[in-house]
Amino acid sequence: MQPVTSFSGKVVPLPITDVDTDQIIPARFLKTIEKLGLGENLFNDWRYLPDGGPNPEFVLNQPRAAGGTILLAGDNFGCGSSREHAPWALLGFGFRAVISTSFADIFRNNCLKNGLLPVAVDVATLAELFEAASSDEGLELTVDLASQTLTLPSGRGVSFPIDDFSKQCLLEGGDQLSYIQQRMPAITAYESQSAEALNTLA
Amino acid sequence: MSRAPIQDAPEPAAPAPAWARLELVRKPRTLYEKVWDSHVVTHEPGAPAVLYIDLHLVHEVTSPQAFQGLRDRGIKVRRPDRTQATMDHSIPTQNQALPIVDPIAAKQVQQLRINCREFDIPLADLGDESQGIVHVIGPELGLTRPGITVVCGDSHTSTHGAFGALAFGIGTTEVEHVLATQCLLQRRSKTCEVRFAGRVADGVVAKDLILALIAEIGIGGGTGQVLEYTGEAIRSLSMEGRMTVCNMSIEGGARAGMVAPDDTTYEFLADKPTVPKGAEWDAAVARWRSLPSDEGAVYDRTVEIDAAGLEPMITWGTNPGMGVRVSQPVPEPNGNPSVRKALDYMRLEPGKPLIGQPVDVVFIGSCTNSRITDLRQAASLLQGRKVDPRVRMMVVPGSERVRAQAEAEGLAEIFRAAGADWRQAGCSMCIAMNGDQLDSGQYCVSTSNRNFEGRQGKGGRTFLASPLTAAAAAVEGSVADPRRYL
Repeated sequence: MQPVTSFSGKVVPLPITDVDTDQIIPARFLKTIEKLGLGENLFNDWRYLPDGGPNPEFVLNQPRAAGGTILLAGDNFGCGSSREHAPWALLGFGFRAVISTSFADIFRNNCLKNGLLPVAVDVATLAELFEAASSDEGLELTVDLASQTLTLPSGRGVSFPIDDFSKQCLLEGGDQLSYIQQRMPAITAYESQSAEALNTLA
Repeated sequence: MSRAPIQDAPEPAAPAPAWARLELVRKPRTLYEKVWDSHVVTHEPGAPAVLYIDLHLVHEVTSPQAFQGLRDRGIKVRRPDRTQATMDHSIPTQNQALPIVDPIAAKQVQQLRINCREFDIPLADLGDESQGIVHVIGPELGLTRPGITVVCGDSHTSTHGAFGALAFGIGTTEVEHVLATQCLLQRRSKTCEVRFAGRVADGVVAKDLILALIAEIGIGGGTGQVLEYTGEAIRSLSMEGRMTVCNMSIEGGARAGMVAPDDTTYEFLADKPTVPKGAEWDAAVARWRSLPSDEGAVYDRTVEIDAAGLEPMITWGTNPGMGVRVSQPVPEPNGNPSVRKALDYMRLEPGKPLIGQPVDVVFIGSCTNSRITDLRQAASLLQGRKVDPRVRMMVVPGSERVRAQAEAEGLAEIFRAAGADWRQAGCSMCIAMNGDQLDSGQYCVSTSNRNFEGRQGKGGRTFLASPLTAAAAAVEGSVADPRRYL
């Protein structure tokens, strides 16, 4: 994972609430055994017409989406399935952060493990951002992870929540697996007295 | 697949397991808190807890990248004996003995075989008597048990909470973490008691309880919380019914859903292949009896649903929270853009009754409603009746064991005689990865768990309902109230 620090990027507005992972990446694209290559099917069924051509009404097909790195979306983004293909597809398209008022638990976890920053803001801030995005197609925002600050066009800084552990991992591009592996003696000790013995192999 | 009886773990230091010991000195705790506490390996300041995972279930869709991660790091699966794999999502539900036609699906299925062989993981492959939907086979094998932790790269892992297990879905990176260490980094969730008061009326079943809850709290209403279902309506459910309820906890946004174990739980598990036997079984049950939430335990939140006042439920929109009583009309948008968008997609007219809305397909199956009691419900309504000729009805058992039992009980014959298509086990039209899918514009009454746009096939339109309501729709060729047939 690449370290996530501070970046400025173009905003792509998607003013829809409860965007589920089946819209982010439909299930028929989950037959891949790779992580790469999912960006072209991001929001596939909204993005392409039945004949396979681009749907000009969908924001990802509009000029403003070119080079966009910050997705601005309605409440409860990423609900539904556990598919990590959802953040892989968003990253594959080029997004580095998603701004919403809230994120579904599993999706949020998956984002943090892949360096896609979930930026949760309050309802009024989200409304202000959609307003700004509708009047300025080139709207850019700055996200700074170290200070947990999103800087709005007005210059106002809005702080966003992230737990210290995930933040540190993102800032360093660190690997959470190695943290667990370093606790192997404690894991082994736990196993020696674990209450429920299961054996799938027997 | 051969399975020897499970040995109970020795308890070297103390006569009682961790949760029972702690109970003596701690404040009253909820079921969730007991399971959580007894699985924390270490919890260091400034970091999430390292949580031990007793059982890791694996399927073909969310695991290949995790196995590749292990290969890239040069590490093995730490506990293949706590890992069970199955094929379910992308497999066909007919002619399973023949090669898979879709080359991409075939490659994915083959990759799981390779991965299980390379990392010594037991696999319930196509043709195996244990094969089936991951959330159906775990309980069938007796691997899902009270008080354990269960994870899978699948959001409907919440199903296993029906046994008083802490069970939740994880992403593929976390699948890799569990394969490598048998642990996950986790934070403690908030708790929410969902009390279903009273007994349900005839024609109202488990699916109606959970659809009513999600309609009440919304699809984000449970975010960050673990739900514990309580109340008379839950106590009187079968294990299959409890699984249906817990299964859709995720559709309310919850991290997990749980039901405290009781005699219904122990009776279900008693004859399952891998559970302890004899004195070890008795000891296990004694331990499990200490799991239910203590008198005076405090939940962060409580939601109460009047189960006695419920009617059969159905969804009209494009998420599982968009549900109403089947007798109610399609709601008015009243300026709500989400409702407007959903009605546009569903091509439904506000104010018009849902009953009578023609349907093209009826699907009975999925990890929500493909178990034997679900099939018995549907068959009870279909017996002696015919599927309307305008309707294509598919019945897909959740596992090969369910299929065998349904055939032995004569249920399969009832479905066939009614004109339904009786299939082999798999996820099928719930996720539409395997060719079982709706055509664009078709309406389907489905016993599955998600009615998101295109979930059952691009352009398809889904009404979620119980097996009874689905069977009634099949008979009438339109959305119908199953209470007419009781």
